[in-house]
Amino acid sequence: MQERRVLLIEDEPNIIEAIRFILSRDGWRVDTHSDGSTALEAIQRRAPDLVILDVMLPNRSGYDILHDLRGAEETRETPVLMLTARGQKKDRELAEKLGASRFMTKPFSNGEILETVRELAG
Amino acid sequence: MERAPLTGSRIRSYRLERAIRQSDLAEACEISASYLNLIEHNRRRIGGALLVRIAKALDVDPAYLSGVAEVRLATEMDAAAEAHPEASPERSRAEELATRFPGWARLIARQQREVRRLEQVIERLGDRLTHDPFLSASMHNALSSVTSIRSSSAILNQGGDIEPEWQARFHRNIFEDSQRLTEAMEDLVGYLDADGGDAPGGSLPQDDLDRWLVSVNWRIDALEDGDASQIGQIVSEAEVLTTRAARHLATTYLERYATDAAALPLPQLVEPLAAGATASQVAQSAGVDLPVVFRRLAVLRADETPDGEPYGLVACDASGTLTYRKPLSGFDLPRYSAACPFWPLFTALQRPMTPVIDTLSMSGREEARFDVQALAQVSYPAGFDGPAVSEAWMLIRSHLGDDGRTTRVGTSCRICPETACVGRREPSVFV
Repeated sequence: MQERRVLLIEDEPNIIEAIRFILSRDGWRVDTHSDGSTALEAIQRRAPDLVILDVMLPNRSGYDILHDLRGAEETRETPVLMLTARGQKKDRELAEKLGASRFMTKPFSNGEILETVRELAG
Repeated sequence: MERAPLTGSRIRSYRLERAIRQSDLAEACEISASYLNLIEHNRRRIGGALLVRIAKALDVDPAYLSGVAEVRLATEMDAAAEAHPEASPERSRAEELATRFPGWARLIARQQREVRRLEQVIERLGDRLTHDPFLSASMHNALSSVTSIRSSSAILNQGGDIEPEWQARFHRNIFEDSQRLTEAMEDLVGYLDADGGDAPGGSLPQDDLDRWLVSVNWRIDALEDGDASQIGQIVSEAEVLTTRAARHLATTYLERYATDAAALPLPQLVEPLAAGATASQVAQSAGVDLPVVFRRLAVLRADETPDGEPYGLVACDASGTLTYRKPLSGFDLPRYSAACPFWPLFTALQRPMTPVIDTLSMSGREEARFDVQALAQVSYPAGFDGPAVSEAWMLIRSHLGDDGRTTRVGTSCRICPETACVGRREPSVFV
């Protein structure tokens, strides 16, 4: 069976560690990237089955990355789970408009993120 | 419109209201009763010292006798009427109401002022929730810490076979994030607490720094020898600096203060200034940049300048955000909105290293003129491959005399009466 791969783009090291642990235990290979300005290249290079993308990243917003992601042929269909500390309606609407597959606000539960990842790319 | 009573009629009205006999009032004011009678029937002009004596004897503000207070009240009531045309107030009779029922008129005027104040508070709070970077960053930090704590503790709590190395790692992460969360909450509480204090308008970190600088009159004598070792103590003793962000701003400010003081000690500034040297001449002879001289001039007390007039100073970054504010009487600096785009401060920003010198007159204040000098500098803190960081400074002085051409500027659009201004961003509240 082919290994399923998630690329986690997040800049908080302890959140990275927790998500990596949870998903690894479920059989996912988790790669990580923390810099917004080079995130798009990282996604295109690694071609993951799913991208978990934080909104507030150093140097570039997750929204901008998502916009470019959906504009590129090779990543147009890649499932993207957006993570954000801002759960306002307008944030959710913006994420949907830009093509996010799912939108999750912090703090989320481990079960919630695991279920969503399985649903989107399992 | 019914004409408001004249001063004499007002005196008569107040006297009768207080049941004072004409002869008794005349005696108290050291004039004859017949003369007071002529005054009360508006057959003699009255003003100055006699008006003050009569007002004192009647226990009333002279402004009420002269009618000035009524005009003022009528103007404020008119503003209230304009805000609520649906009530169909008789606007042409505002002055009459102010004359006949001054108590009610004062109540309406006071309520109008209170409504305006509350509107400004609401506007400010709305602006903060949308644009306050401190509030936004604090909430982001707090939620990130909570997310990590929640995930890590759930992993540990689920039991099962978690290797000791991972257990230790998650315990450490929870400890780190709980500390981070505590700091974020302390900062946030301090920030919100400061908003409930006496300072009107609340507390962005820059506001806290500004309030502190006002309290020390922009002068830090302990740093005048250029020794920066006391900065930590100075900041920790400044009660108004309640948040970490405000303390950080203050520390940065004081570090530059100490550097400036070492580069240009006050005696090297005051003596040439007394001999008539200009700011640029001082900069040249001391071998320092012009903004250093500007900042040093701004810490001078009025009695240390040759003509007893203090200096005002304002600075901005490349976005036009004001980063330093030392106002001068008559030259107000906006707190919450953007400044007038015609300030030479912003002209200088467009032409780095080129001094911009001008004489300004503040709109709405014909008598107030100011000589200003502005200069912008560009630095590359991350090396020439990194981004350029611009900063502009504008020194402000009162202009003596009313001669010569001036450039008309305002404080900010919202409170500027120049309706025809080509640079206007939004309507004025005065129009």
